[in-house]
Amino acid sequence: MIDTLIDVTLLAFLAVTAIAIIKVRNLFVVIMLFGIFSLHSAGLFVVMDAADVAFTEAAVGAGISTVLMLATLALTRNQQEKMPVHRARLPLLVVLITAGALIYGTYDIPSFGDSRSPSQEYLKPQYIERGVKETGTPNIVTALLASYRGYDTLGEVTVIFTAGIGVLLLVGGRITRRVKPGESGPERRKIDET
Amino acid sequence: MIDIIIGHYNYWVVIFLMMAGFYTVINRGNLIKKIAGINIFQTSVFLMYISIGYVSDGTPPIIAEGFTKYSNPLPHVMILTAIVVGVSTTALGLALVVRIKEAYGTIEEDEIHDQDMSL
Amino acid sequence: MKHNLILRVIAKFLFPVIALFAFYVQFHGDFGPGGGFQAGVILSVAFIFYALVFGLKTTEEVIPPHLLRILASMGILIYAGTGITTMLMGGNFLDYNLLSLTPIQGQHIGIMVVEAGVGITVFSVMLMIFFAFAGRERPQETDHD
Repeated sequence: MIDTLIDVTLLAFLAVTAIAIIKVRNLFVVIMLFGIFSLHSAGLFVVMDAADVAFTEAAVGAGISTVLMLATLALTRNQQEKMPVHRARLPLLVVLITAGALIYGTYDIPSFGDSRSPSQEYLKPQYIERGVKETGTPNIVTALLASYRGYDTLGEVTVIFTAGIGVLLLVGGRITRRVKPGESGPERRKIDET
Repeated sequence: MIDIIIGHYNYWVVIFLMMAGFYTVINRGNLIKKIAGINIFQTSVFLMYISIGYVSDGTPPIIAEGFTKYSNPLPHVMILTAIVVGVSTTALGLALVVRIKEAYGTIEEDEIHDQDMSL
Repeated sequence: MKHNLILRVIAKFLFPVIALFAFYVQFHGDFGPGGGFQAGVILSVAFIFYALVFGLKTTEEVIPPHLLRILASMGILIYAGTGITTMLMGGNFLDYNLLSLTPIQGQHIGIMVVEAGVGITVFSVMLMIFFAFAGRERPQETDHD
């Protein structure tokens, strides 16, 4: 009962934060609200018994993502968003149609928390029974991540590494540059690599 | 009717969050807000996956004495991967925003479009 | 921010605590929530906090950027190297059962080494990205309308 109450409260907070992110125009406030959104969703992951995921979401979403967005805001010096010039009718219509289709699709999903749903069979009992015997780690998520699905994790670490290289290529140099308003396109500049 | 609502309210709120992020991406012109919208969309998709793997009266999937019902560890593994990949792509997107600002002088989408059209 | 006494004292005090927690999470990933990803992010957050208080130049003297690039590649090489080691021992790629005398021991060693590789790469990439963003000079605007 108390679990359901916490669940509903956190979901309500998430919905209100999402609406606030859409409506607010000051970008600094938007980034702070985004950090709050990540933290609430981490709390929701804890309530839904996903300890590892909550850990990662709190550290990554409310930590690294917010810091990087603030750094981008400092580099682009843009405080206010411009008012949208075109009406919101067509995007709202597209969003409503997509939402209707998705909600129509949720009628086939088994109830929230059902332990006899098809997603809880076929592989989960096998991993839970054989996990400790074969790998010796009580944390089944770590056993899956590092041993049973170790190849996927290798690909994921490669993705992280590639993103790091990409960011280094894009913004890694220290430059001095004069931006005149009205100018477009790349210019000559002196790149001073460290 | 009431048990359909009790069984599915989680998914409906998650769909609302998804649509909020989607709307931010397609309607707002500021690039940083678009990236925030994409992240909201991503986080709500993670919420849906973890909701699918949730077992009521269960515990986190760490084997311990005295517990028999565990949550499904397979969505957890997938979402753990997806969160870190998501922050990597966000970092790349933000780096692109910085370079666009340096090249065009603005990060509003319609001004960038006008500058491109006037070339 | 380094002229603020409270921030300086707190940053110097908290940095080893956060780093210790990161190492705890890394090595106890087998028995509780945790693992390589979380530990890498938490350790990089410790350095980012230090950089926010004491400035980027001081932090770059603590951990130079070229070392970060070496660490990022080393993490992936440790991971892939484990797989190639098991292949050279005659098994499949990333088959941890061959790494030691008993399969369970081999799994323990394999998981620990692999998670260490993941933690090193995640830490260095996150810190590398932060240094790249924070070290870039802001564009000077010549004319203001």
